[in-house]
Amino acid sequence: MLGIPLKYNVRNLFVRKVTTSLTVAGIALVVMVFLCVMALGEGLTRVFTASGSDRNVLVLRQNSQSELQSGITRDQVPLVETLPGVEKDADGKPLASAELVVVLNLEKREGGSSNVTIRGVEEKGWKLRPGIRLTEGRMFSPGASEVIVSDGVSRRFKDTNVGEELHFGAYRWKVVGHFDAGGTAPDSEIWTDVEGMINTFKRNGYSSVLARTPDRAARDLFVAGLSSDPRLALEGKVERTYYDEQTATAAPIKFLGLFVGVVMAIGACFGAMNTMYAAVSSRTREIATLRALGFSRLSILASFILESVFLSLLGGLLGCVLGVLAVKLALSGVTGTTNFATFSEVVFAFRLTPALLLTGVVFSLAMGFFGGLFPAGRAAFTKITQALRQVG
Amino acid sequence: MGKPLIRIENVVKQYTRDTQVLTVLDGLSLEVEEGDFVALMGPSGSGKTTLLNLVAGIDRPTSGTIHVGDAEVSSMSEGALARWRSQHVGFIFQLYNLVPVLTAFENVELPLLLTRLSKADRRRQVETALGVVGLSDRMDHYPRQLSGGQEQRVAIARAIATDPTLLVADEPTGDLDARSGEEILVLLERLNHEFGKTVVMVTHDPKAAARAHRLVHLDKGVLKEDVRAKEAAGSIGLAAAVEVSAGK
Ligand SMILES: Nc1ncnc2c1ncn2[C@@H]1O[C@H](COP(=O)(O)OP(=O)(O)OP(=O)(O)O)[C@@H](O)[C@H]1O
Ligand SMILES: [Mg+2]
Repeated sequence: MLGIPLKYNVRNLFVRKVTTSLTVAGIALVVMVFLCVMALGEGLTRVFTASGSDRNVLVLRQNSQSELQSGITRDQVPLVETLPGVEKDADGKPLASAELVVVLNLEKREGGSSNVTIRGVEEKGWKLRPGIRLTEGRMFSPGASEVIVSDGVSRRFKDTNVGEELHFGAYRWKVVGHFDAGGTAPDSEIWTDVEGMINTFKRNGYSSVLARTPDRAARDLFVAGLSSDPRLALEGKVERTYYDEQTATAAPIKFLGLFVGVVMAIGACFGAMNTMYAAVSSRTREIATLRALGFSRLSILASFILESVFLSLLGGLLGCVLGVLAVKLALSGVTGTTNFATFSEVVFAFRLTPALLLTGVVFSLAMGFFGGLFPAGRAAFTKITQALRQVG
Repeated sequence: MGKPLIRIENVVKQYTRDTQVLTVLDGLSLEVEEGDFVALMGPSGSGKTTLLNLVAGIDRPTSGTIHVGDAEVSSMSEGALARWRSQHVGFIFQLYNLVPVLTAFENVELPLLLTRLSKADRRRQVETALGVVGLSDRMDHYPRQLSGGQEQRVAIARAIATDPTLLVADEPTGDLDARSGEEILVLLERLNHEFGKTVVMVTHDPKAAARAHRLVHLDKGVLKEDVRAKEAAGSIGLAAAVEVSAGK
């Protein structure tokens, strides 16, 4: 036994061209705005959550919120690196990198200036971040005042092309390469060798040590060893957790996205409801006829909910197309915002992932379902005899 | 004539509006034999549509019983009634009530979607039904592309598509010009005579009523007059039917 054919609903939607288009446009707009805001949040989240591994431990001075506030002396580094739990490389040396982080205020290409993180790393620092790769030029040579710049930073800041000279105050570095870290934290950074950087900035220590552990047990052992050694006054944070905590920057944006999305969706839901109420009331006699012919309440209910869901699906799909276009055309460039934990620029791109698009579609289906529920109920539960009396 | 198809016993139908009780049918009893053609007449507001709706199972009486065939439609549940209607009743309305977005073919196919018939069987039955009403060549036309008379013929094809025993028609010619109305009446007569359908038709038009074998007059919810017309009426109708189908 079949229900009311879907073509009945589809054709009815196309008969009501104007109201259908307006409703579809309304839902599309909601889905588009939702997608754009969520894509922004997604891009920001990716910078932090995709950054950092579960197996890397970031060692900081106790109670420091970020690497910037942290300090580790030269003599502490070998103590840290030889604690149990740290993975050894093929050469038998610990897989760890002592690093120095400084924030520089650099001139932007479009004018003005902003803070950028410059990070001094040891040779092993590269290995500890598997997603990173050179996109142009070559690696810096230690002690030669050379830097490599992330693609994201180089797109936004002056004097960062390969071959150019980057200067800050009296300091000068030669840009010898560009790198890409796949949307993670180093995409907002400039890298150089740590010893050279300590000399340049006349520091007597590092900011942090990043160490690899072979597994969870070793990691916990290492973290426990750090905190139980009173000489050190250091603490170890799982690298992923460290970046998760900084995602605080993205959280309000995602919340905003959801909030704006939900508020607008409720509006669009009423739009769909209004459209469906109008549809149901203009077809009162027709619906009663279908029921007289023997179509059950359930099939009438399903039919009208389906019509509403189909209507909003059109809106949802259009919204996805508009969202993709908006992100591609208007919001394509890399964007920056301030990370309030480090006060430096975070470079990120709007990320419209397939999962987000799917969310947008599901979102529109939900609008259609809830918008269609009551009108469909009216269609299914009006008395047949009364509805048949309606003229027009 | 055969055994009674419809047995209405002591039916009361009341509407309650606020505190006022409106008695539309007041203890009405009536039997209709299988294969009969009954015209239901009476002044406006006398309860004709109400009675027809009760017999067709789209409404339930306040008290009393209605049997149609083996089914006691006055006490069936909503879902059971819907299923029963889809198998046993064909509806013909004054305003045709075709679905505007569906073609003639698709409109006639609608009640068949409630059966277990295959697509091919449905097609065959739709074509047969449209053939009976003489609209085989208008299968793919939408209602707005048809005249009122043609629309009503499509509606009749829809009513007979599942081959129900009972056809109920509420002023089937009420919205048609004389000629088209005549065609519809001839068709109903033919369905009754040739295909053995029991027809209950509400009408205001004495000429339409004259086609029926039996006239039932309602007034203020009670039976006023019950006249069995001469058998001759049937043969006149048949002659006219031949005339009309020859003219097509
Ligand atoms: N849902 C309802 N609520 C209240 N009163 C109703 C309802 N439906 C019908 N009535 C009343 O019942 C009475 C009989 O109505 P019905 O439609 O059966 O008359 P009818 O004989 O078909 O009239 P007409 O020739 O004008 O079609 C009328 O007075 C009508 O106003
Ligand atoms: Mg009436």
